[in-house]
Amino acid sequence: MSDEQQVGIVLVSHSGPVAESVVELARGLAAGGVTAPVAPAGGLPNGGLGTSAELIGRAAASVDRGAGVAVLVDLGSAVLTVKSMLADGDELPENTRLVDAPFVEGAVAAVVTASAGGDLAAVEAAASEAYGYRKT
Amino acid sequence: MLDTDFFRRWMTAVAASVEREANHLTELDSAIGDADHGSNLQRGFAAVTEVLEKDAPATPGAVLTLAGRQLISTVGGASGPLYGTLLRRTGKALGDDDAVTGTQFAQAFAAGVAAVGQLGGAQAGDKTMLDALLPAAEALATSFDGAAEAARAGAVATVPMQARKGRASYLGERSIGHQDPGATSSALLMEALAATATDGVGA
Repeated sequence: MSDEQQVGIVLVSHSGPVAESVVELARGLAAGGVTAPVAPAGGLPNGGLGTSAELIGRAAASVDRGAGVAVLVDLGSAVLTVKSMLADGDELPENTRLVDAPFVEGAVAAVVTASAGGDLAAVEAAASEAYGYRKT
Repeated sequence: MLDTDFFRRWMTAVAASVEREANHLTELDSAIGDADHGSNLQRGFAAVTEVLEKDAPATPGAVLTLAGRQLISTVGGASGPLYGTLLRRTGKALGDDDAVTGTQFAQAFAAGVAAVGQLGGAQAGDKTMLDALLPAAEALATSFDGAAEAARAGAVATVPMQARKGRASYLGERSIGHQDPGATSSALLMEALAATATDGVGA
């Protein structure tokens, strides 16, 4: 755990408004103590639906404080783009991790945990655990 | 030996072929996907041609690595990281040689196809581009024409399959009876390769 450097969080969606709204939602639901850097990377640079490696790279760089970056994604090309960037490229900050989590619930858990000073493993665990919450 | 120019011409040939077939690819994709495969690849390979002209990479490996990177950053759909990984891994496996043998290339391409399987988690029979690429990679060890034929046959063989990966898998049994757009564009990739080899210089 580190008090000074917080884990950064990037939310990648096929849609710009979805990514931005989930950032707002996660910040809002995490309430008062939100201090962790969170950035959306939604849609294509021209505003269309899709996944942009460029926007993801920029968002990750903007939230990187040296404590690692957790990336949450929605589906399809968002998953594959981040995976391929992690596998080969140098477009993402060191210590960036794709987190296997439900997008909305995982984002809230990640923001709360990162704001509380959790390290990258703790943020990842909290986001992934959101899969365990059954709704029926 | 296959030199740098051979690989550059291959990429240019793919761009031309994708441009010509864009409507067909999008039509196939509107049946079982989200109707953007043609335009996505068109945009991606146009950007590849552009960056290869601008940066003029010096080795076969560098041509494919740069092409792959460009696809990942410009396509915007799942085909970007998938084709990007195919080309980038193939390029990396080719190393820094000024020219490569057909055998070296066949081995590198097989490594690229394996990386695609790993990235998407798909296997033969899932109705994906791998149904064209896996048989093509195997045939490439023998001949370019054989690889093109194997890819074409592989694409046609996806018609009766039920999709198990990607957006088409949401359709379940309704995905049966349609040719997979990704397998179809993979066949274009291999046909362009065979055409480039027939055109001479690099053969």
